[in-house]
Amino acid sequence: MAQAIFRIWRGDSGGGEFRDYATEVTSGMVVLDVVRQIQAEQAHDLALRWNCKAGKCGSCSAEVNGMPKLMCMSRTSDLPLEKPVTVQPMKAFPLIKDLVTDVSWNYRVKKKIKPFRPRKPDEKDGTWRMAQSDVDRSMEFRKCIECFLCQDVCHVLREHRLLDEFIGPRFLVHIAALEMHPLDTENRLEDLRKEHGIGYCNITKCCTKVCPEDITITDNAIIPLKERVVDVSYDPIRRFLARYRRKASAVGLAS
Amino acid sequence: MAVHETREHDVLIIGSGGAGLRAATSASAAGVSVGLVTKCLLGKAHTVMAEGGIAAALGNVDERDGWKTHFADTMRGGQYLNNWRMAELHAKEAPDRVRELEAWGALFDRTKDGRILQRNFGGHAYPRLAHVGDRTGLEMLRALQDSGVHLGVDIYMEYTVIELLKDGDRVIGALSYDREKGAFTVFHAKAVIIATGGIGKLYKITSNSWDCTGDGPSLAYHAGAELIDMEFVQFHPTGMVWPPSVRGLLVTEGVRGEGGILRNKDGHRFMFDDIPPLYTDQTADSEEEGWRYTQGDKEARRPPELLTRDHVARCIVREIKEGRGSPHGGVFLDISWIKEKLSDAEQHIKRKLPAMYHQFKRLADIDITKEPMEVGPTTHYAMGGVRVDADTQMSVVPGLFAAGECAAGLHGANRLGGNSLSDLLVFGKRAGEFAAQFARDNQAGQVNHDHVEEAVRRTLEPFDDVDEAGGEGPYQIQEDLQAMMQDLVGIVREEEEMERALVGLERLRGRARRVVVSGNRAYNPGWHAAVDLGHLLTIGEAITRAALERRESRGAHSRSDHPDKDPAAASVNIVIKKGFDGTMETRRETIPAMPAELQAIVEEMK
Ligand SMILES: Cc1cc2nc3c(=O)[nH]c(=O)nc-3n(C[C@H](O)[C@H](O)[C@H](O)COP(=O)(O)OP(=O)(O)OC[C@H]3O[C@@H](n4cnc5c(N)ncnc54)[C@H](O)[C@@H]3O)c2cc1C
Ligand code: SF4
Ligand code: SF4
Ligand code: FES
Repeated sequence: MAQAIFRIWRGDSGGGEFRDYATEVTSGMVVLDVVRQIQAEQAHDLALRWNCKAGKCGSCSAEVNGMPKLMCMSRTSDLPLEKPVTVQPMKAFPLIKDLVTDVSWNYRVKKKIKPFRPRKPDEKDGTWRMAQSDVDRSMEFRKCIECFLCQDVCHVLREHRLLDEFIGPRFLVHIAALEMHPLDTENRLEDLRKEHGIGYCNITKCCTKVCPEDITITDNAIIPLKERVVDVSYDPIRRFLARYRRKASAVGLAS
Repeated sequence: MAVHETREHDVLIIGSGGAGLRAATSASAAGVSVGLVTKCLLGKAHTVMAEGGIAAALGNVDERDGWKTHFADTMRGGQYLNNWRMAELHAKEAPDRVRELEAWGALFDRTKDGRILQRNFGGHAYPRLAHVGDRTGLEMLRALQDSGVHLGVDIYMEYTVIELLKDGDRVIGALSYDREKGAFTVFHAKAVIIATGGIGKLYKITSNSWDCTGDGPSLAYHAGAELIDMEFVQFHPTGMVWPPSVRGLLVTEGVRGEGGILRNKDGHRFMFDDIPPLYTDQTADSEEEGWRYTQGDKEARRPPELLTRDHVARCIVREIKEGRGSPHGGVFLDISWIKEKLSDAEQHIKRKLPAMYHQFKRLADIDITKEPMEVGPTTHYAMGGVRVDADTQMSVVPGLFAAGECAAGLHGANRLGGNSLSDLLVFGKRAGEFAAQFARDNQAGQVNHDHVEEAVRRTLEPFDDVDEAGGEGPYQIQEDLQAMMQDLVGIVREEEEMERALVGLERLRGRARRVVVSGNRAYNPGWHAAVDLGHLLTIGEAITRAALERRESRGAHSRSDHPDKDPAAASVNIVIKKGFDGTMETRRETIPAMPAELQAIVEEMK
C-alpha cells in the first residue's frame, strides 16, 4: 500500500486545470481503479468513460503520464508513484469534461467509408465458402476495439488538425480489414487517395506503438494500402490487373 | 419548468448491444423511422465482451445436429421452465441469423471445407458455437454496427432513458437525458423496444460491464410490465478474485477443459468430495481418468471440475465459507500442474489459452504456466427479465417490446453458454419487425406532460438536497447494495437472510431518496450513479422476492433451507408485477403444457 498523488485534469471546453488528489494505491490496482476511487471518495462529479474494465471495449482511453493508454489496462505498479501521476484526456479530440472527449468525429468518418459489399453467394443456400487462411489475413485488423488512441497520437490529426482531410490510422485499419475480407468486392482505392487522404501519413509509426491490441497498423495495414493506391493511380493496366487478381483469388476457393 | 426537446420516431430502441442493433436492422428494413438511444458509445455495449460463440444448429461440424437437438438441449439446461415456444423459435431461426451476419461482413473461423466452424460447449450435444477465436462478441457487434450505420437509423449516443411514457395503457415514448449536457429529451414513438442487457452491477463481484444496471426490466416494471424468472441469476464458477481491480473478470471454462483443477488452501482437490447422484455415472472415478478425458480419451469420463456451472460454483462457495479458501477469498485453479504430465506444458498452455495467459500475466503478475490462479464465482447472466410474447416480443403493455438479456423466457432456470448471442439475434430481429408492424397499425399517442415534469423533477432532486440532514453521495450506497446482495441473495440463499435483505433494501431506498450529488448536470457520473440506484433497488427487490417465493433448489437458484427440487414448482414461473398501491406483487403461474410434437422431441432426447 502506498500514498500517491494523481494529478488529474479537471475542466471543460471553457478551460480547466490539473488538480492533485492524494489517495491510497494498493497492490494490483490499475489507473482506472485509482481514478474511480478518487471519484467515489473525493470528486463525485469527475467525468470519465469506462465500460468493460477488461480492455475489450475501448472506452477508457486517456493520457497517463503523457502516454495514450487504456486506463483499465495501465497498472499502477508500472508507474513511478513517488512522483505525481498525471491523467489527462486525449488531446486530439474536443474536450467535453475532465477525462471525457467528444469522439463523435470518428463515427462520422466511418460512415463515409464505403461499406462491405460481398460477392454473390457461392452456394444455392446463400452461403459462402472461405478458407481459414484467407479469413486469417484480415483477422489482425478486426481485433480493433475502437479506442481511438492511434488517432489521438497521430500528428496529422493531433498537431496539424487535418480532420477534414485525413481519416487517421484507425480507419486505415478498418479499410485494410474490408479490403482483405475474402468476400468484399468494393473498390476504395480512389477514395483512399482523395477523400481519405492516405498520402498524409508519413509512416512515423506512432500509431502502432500505442495500439493496445498490438495491431501492426503501419506495416501491415497502411503500407500495403499505400502501395496499392500508388500502383493503381499511376498505372491503368496494373489497376485493371489488381482488380482482376483480387477477384480471381476471391473465387479461388470455390473452384 | 424543465426545458426539453422532443424527437419523433415510429420505433424507439433502447440499447446498442446485439439485441438493440439487430432490432434496429429489422425495424428499419420494414421501412419505419427508427431512433436508437444508448447510454454508452456505439460499439461499447457489453456484447463486445462475449468470447465463446453463438449457438446455432448449423450442423457444419456434426451433421447430426439440427433444431430439435438444440431445442431439447436448451429445455434441459433450463430445467423445463423455459418458454417452450421461444426455445422452439430460437432453435429453428438461429442458423439463418448467424448466416446472415456473414452477408453483413462478420467473419467466423472456418471448417476444412470453408464453412462456419463450430465448437463444443457445456450442455450442447454437438459442436454448435459459431465463433472467431475468443472475440466472437466483438465480431458480431461490429458487423451489426458497421452495417447498421448505413441504414438511416438515428443514433443517440450517451443518452440514458430514465422513464417510459404512457398514454392510457400503452407505452408511447421515453424520457431521457444526455450525458454531455444533462439536458432532457422526450422521445415520442409508436413502439418502444427495450434492449438494455443485464443486471450484473447489482452484485459486488461480476463479469458484467458498467452499463449492466438492470434499467430495462426496471423501467418496464414501473410501466406495468411483468417480470419473470428473476430468481435465476447465473453465477459463473470461475472469475478472477485478485487483484481487487479485476475481481469478477471471467476465467474461461476452457482452463478446466484443458485439465485445470480446483484445490482448496490445503491442496485438496475438493470437487471429488461431492458429486451429485445424477452425475456419478458420467464422472471420473480418479484423477487419472479425469486427466485422460481432458486429453480427448473418449473412453474416459469427465473430471468433476466440469460438472454444471451452478454445482461447481456451490462447491467453491462451500470451501470458502468453511474456511478452506485461498488468501483472497477464492480457491485455487491450477493448470500449471500438467507439467507432471506433459514435457512441453508451458508451451501447451500458452498455445491453448493465450487470452488467459495474457490476462493473468498482465493484470495479476501471475504466470499460469507456473503457479495456480485464484478464482471464485462471479455474477454473469440474468435469466429473468421482462415477460414477453414468444412470437412478437411484446410485453403485457401494448407498444412495449423487449429483447436480449433484459427479456426472459428462453433460458428458464439456467442458460447454456452461447445461447445468449443467438437469443439477441433471433429475438432482436423479431422485436424489430413486430414493433415496426405495431407502429404502422397504431397512431401516435399523447405525451402526458405532467408525467414528464414529475419524472424530470424526481431526477433532478439529488441536486437540491445539498446539505440536507443525512444526505450522502451515491457511490457508498451503491457499494453497500452490491455487498448486501452478494452476501444475502447470492449463490446459496436462505429465507432468513433474504428477509434481512428486504429490510436492507428498504433502508437503502431511504438513503437513496436523500442522495446528494455535487457539481452540475454536464457529464456528471455522480448524478448518473444516483439515477442507476433506483433501477438497481427495483431489480434487487424483484430478485429477492422471487427467490423467497421459490422454496426449492433448481437450476441457478439454490437454497440451503430447501436443498431439493419441489415437484410442485417444476412447471411454475414466479411472476412479478407492480401492484395498484405501488408495492411489488409476486404470483405463481403454471406454464402451459407443451404441444405434443415438442413434448415428443423432449422425450426422445431425454
Ligand atoms: C465475459 C462474458 C462473456 C460472454 N460470452 C458469451 C458467449 O460466448 N456466448 C453467449 O451467447 N453469451 C455470452 N455472454 C453473455 C452475453 O454477452 C450477453 O448476455 C449479451 O451480450 C447481452 O446483450 P444485449 O444486447 O441484451 O445487451 P448489452 O450488450 O448489455 O447492451 C445493452 C445496451 O443497453 C444500453 N442501456 C442500458 N440501460 C440503458 C438506459 N437506461 N438508457 C439507454 N441505454 C441503456 C447499454 O448502454 C447497452 O448499449 C458473455 C457475457 C460475459 C460477461
Ligand atoms: S504512421 Fe501514419 S497514421 Fe500512424 S501515426 Fe504516423 S502519420 Fe499517423
Ligand atoms: S487500431 Fe488499435 S489503437 Fe487504433 S483504435 Fe483500434 S485498437 Fe485502438
Ligand atoms: S473499460 Fe473497456 S477498455 Fe477500458
